[in-house]
Amino acid sequence: MYGKYMKRTGLIFTLLVKQLRWKLFVWLFAITGINVLVASFYPSLYKDVASRLAASMTMENPAMIAMLGPGYETEAYLASPGPFFANEMLLFTAIAAAIMNILLVSQSTRGDEEAGRLEIVQARSVGKVAYTNAVMIIIFGANVLLSLLIGIGIGLLQIEGMDWQSTMLFGSVLGLTGLVFGAMTLVIAQLVESARSVTMFSLMVLILSYLIRAIGDVNYEWLSYASPLGWTVRTKVFADDDWLPVIVLSVLTVFFGLLALYLHAKRDIGSGYFTPRKGRSHASKLLLTPFGFHLWMQKTNIAAWTLAIFVLSWSMGFVMGDMESYWQDIELIEQFLAADMQAEMTEQFITLIIAIMTLIGTIPVAMTVLHLKGEEMRGFMENMFSRATSRHRVLANYVLLSIFVSLLMQTALAVGFWSGCVAVLEEPMTFLTTLKAAFVYLPAMWLFSGIAVWLYGWFPKLTPLVWLYLSYGFFVMYLGNLLDMPLWLRNISVFEHVAKIPLEEVKVFPLAIIVIIAFLFFLFGFYHFRKRDLFG
Amino acid sequence: MSILVVEHLTKKFGSFTALDGVNMELKEGEVYGFIGPNGAGKSTTIRILLGIIKATSGSAKIFGKDVWKDAVEIHKRVAYVPGDVHLWPNLTGGEVIDILLKMNGKYDKKKRDRFIELFDFDPTKKCRAYSKGNRQKVALIAAFASDADLFIFDEPTTGLDPLMETYFRQSVLEAKQEGKTVLFSSHILSEVEKLCDRVGIIRQGKIIETGSLDELRYITRSNFTVKTRETLSGLDELEGVYHIEEKDGEYSFQVDSEKIDAVIRHISQFGVVKLESSPPTLEDLFLRHYERVGKQEAGDA
Ligand SMILES: Nc1ncnc2c1ncn2[C@@H]1O[C@H](COP(=O)(O)OP(=O)(O)OP(=O)(O)O)[C@@H](O)[C@H]1O
Ligand SMILES: [Mg+2]
Repeated sequence: MYGKYMKRTGLIFTLLVKQLRWKLFVWLFAITGINVLVASFYPSLYKDVASRLAASMTMENPAMIAMLGPGYETEAYLASPGPFFANEMLLFTAIAAAIMNILLVSQSTRGDEEAGRLEIVQARSVGKVAYTNAVMIIIFGANVLLSLLIGIGIGLLQIEGMDWQSTMLFGSVLGLTGLVFGAMTLVIAQLVESARSVTMFSLMVLILSYLIRAIGDVNYEWLSYASPLGWTVRTKVFADDDWLPVIVLSVLTVFFGLLALYLHAKRDIGSGYFTPRKGRSHASKLLLTPFGFHLWMQKTNIAAWTLAIFVLSWSMGFVMGDMESYWQDIELIEQFLAADMQAEMTEQFITLIIAIMTLIGTIPVAMTVLHLKGEEMRGFMENMFSRATSRHRVLANYVLLSIFVSLLMQTALAVGFWSGCVAVLEEPMTFLTTLKAAFVYLPAMWLFSGIAVWLYGWFPKLTPLVWLYLSYGFFVMYLGNLLDMPLWLRNISVFEHVAKIPLEEVKVFPLAIIVIIAFLFFLFGFYHFRKRDLFG
Repeated sequence: MSILVVEHLTKKFGSFTALDGVNMELKEGEVYGFIGPNGAGKSTTIRILLGIIKATSGSAKIFGKDVWKDAVEIHKRVAYVPGDVHLWPNLTGGEVIDILLKMNGKYDKKKRDRFIELFDFDPTKKCRAYSKGNRQKVALIAAFASDADLFIFDEPTTGLDPLMETYFRQSVLEAKQEGKTVLFSSHILSEVEKLCDRVGIIRQGKIIETGSLDELRYITRSNFTVKTRETLSGLDELEGVYHIEEKDGEYSFQVDSEKIDAVIRHISQFGVVKLESSPPTLEDLFLRHYERVGKQEAGDA
């Protein structure tokens, strides 16, 4: 009975591994590499009690909790550098693992289905859910591998206070977070029809989980248990080593996995659970303008990202209220820090939050450009370029749209963050300053759309390098100080050249240079795009 | 006047030569058939003509303009239907037709509606829900309804049912009457025969024959199947008859086109019970071509 459904899973498994092996390799290598690399710095980081005490106080700060999850007992911090490592690396690595799973699953399920690959496979003598099943096995294998690689990799460093028990737990909770989101994506893949929507919806669930956890961790702990990421940050790894979250996440994975199989067995190939409505017989005025057309095609993406950025920024603004009361609570700090130092620390958090939100907002900016690559690969552009539409014009519209998206994201950021602050703070930053702090990043965002345009125009296979560069920017911003990275290495990231308002004054010169470089990338992109063969 | 001129067109994909010195010319108002087996280079040629991919060497001009440099200018007067039609899944057929038409500027709404009706097409469905034939109809309607001077079709009828195929042919002939030029590719010789004034035959990236169908007759042979009351004899002594086979008193053989008359006269002496003839297939054409080329080379040596 079950054999009938699963038939030939093994064969499809090998087929999929062949398709995915490079991606898998790059993801696993990158995630493991960064963790092991960062861990190797820790023995030399928090050496004496004073520095550990100071750092532990930072971790108890509500903004930090909102961003990174709950902290540890002070004794735990004093005992070993492990808790610091977990605080700083666990949640963001878990998010990276979740993104890896989301992308892999949506590509090998709906992606293959859309391209018609599933149909030719399913027409052979294979079980009805064999494909989904094979995807599950791959995802399972990938995450187990991730757990082992990270657990063993960090374990081998033999850092004091980070023994095997703990490093394996650290690896396991990462792998399981990945698995939960992989299985969840598999469920979503049964419900909506295109690979893009699957990725979109799954990323939204990820952001929502993050948000629920942030609010829960700061104010209402029970809320955190409703989010998978809430469990992820509750292992007390490197201190009490609680395996309960691992068990909870496993149960959640099994639940989503079974649900996906059930839904898959019930539906037709090519369909989702939402039936399409009858549409218009004529195109609207908006659709008939080139810009309107591209805007329309990406409207769901853009709207979803705007909303996500707004909500995230709003809740970060809201956390600033807890931060103020936090300063008041801690008399110790009152004694140590002069009032203006306090204000400066608050501002430091503000700039950090705006910078991270900007990094997230840069994703849709680059994605807007790369949408064109997807369109080309799926053969849609042939319709356009065989008509009186020039390549330059289409690309120019995409650039325009991506600039529009950058404005939208930064506006959503400013409005969200400011209104969050206003709700809880007595003396919030003015809206204008907030807007300025967000808008000063615009040239940096344009650089990303410039790089995307250039890579796409020149050699579309290399477009993932945009994400590499963005991840690098995140790495520098987040860990640059901690790891004491040399200045020239930090300066590779464009975000380092942007003034951190309200902490710093706007410097026009670096911004102008960034704009010029972005412009050059656009120019190269346009030049090469005119010269290359189109795929379709 | 020549609408389209292609000279020594070569396209390499890496080290693989997909097109090897293709020459082609379309006169104004003619329907040109472009035939060849799978992978011969038909689509590659057409994609170069549309400026989607760039030729490695050689020249291609439409309306006297370079197909790569002046693509946009040229496309204002060109309508194209690809072999595989890929459409935006979240738009309706009607929306896509409008958008495609609009890309070439102003368009005639009445003409659009007329072709939607002719092809019996429902424009309100989302493209993801269309069958292959219906997707092809979207491209066909958008092509025929536009005000083009050159129509380029890449195997346009593969997904159409026989009735729609008739409408397609009708629309092509209509366009021809209006003085439009048509280039269309196919594997099927009989389809091309019904529509085209001239054909070019491509194989492995080389044009091996061009000319009007009548000109090409001399390399074509028709297939015959005959049954007679009396025993059919003397067939093998006739000139221009090949590959004679007998099965249960039924004879099948091939005849050179210019010898048909003599053969029919001969057969009719025996009291014909059944006579079927079919046009040469693409394969027959190739066989004949290579037989001829082989002989010529032997003669030259
Ligand atoms: N992008 C590409 N990269 C490498 N080879 C290609 C590419 N596009 C086409 N080819 C090769 O060029 C040759 C000609 O292909 P083309 O699509 O022009 O054939 P065709 O005559 O249209 O065939 P069909 O009747 O099957 O449509 C084929 O051998 C094909 O494999
Ligand atoms: Mg073809």
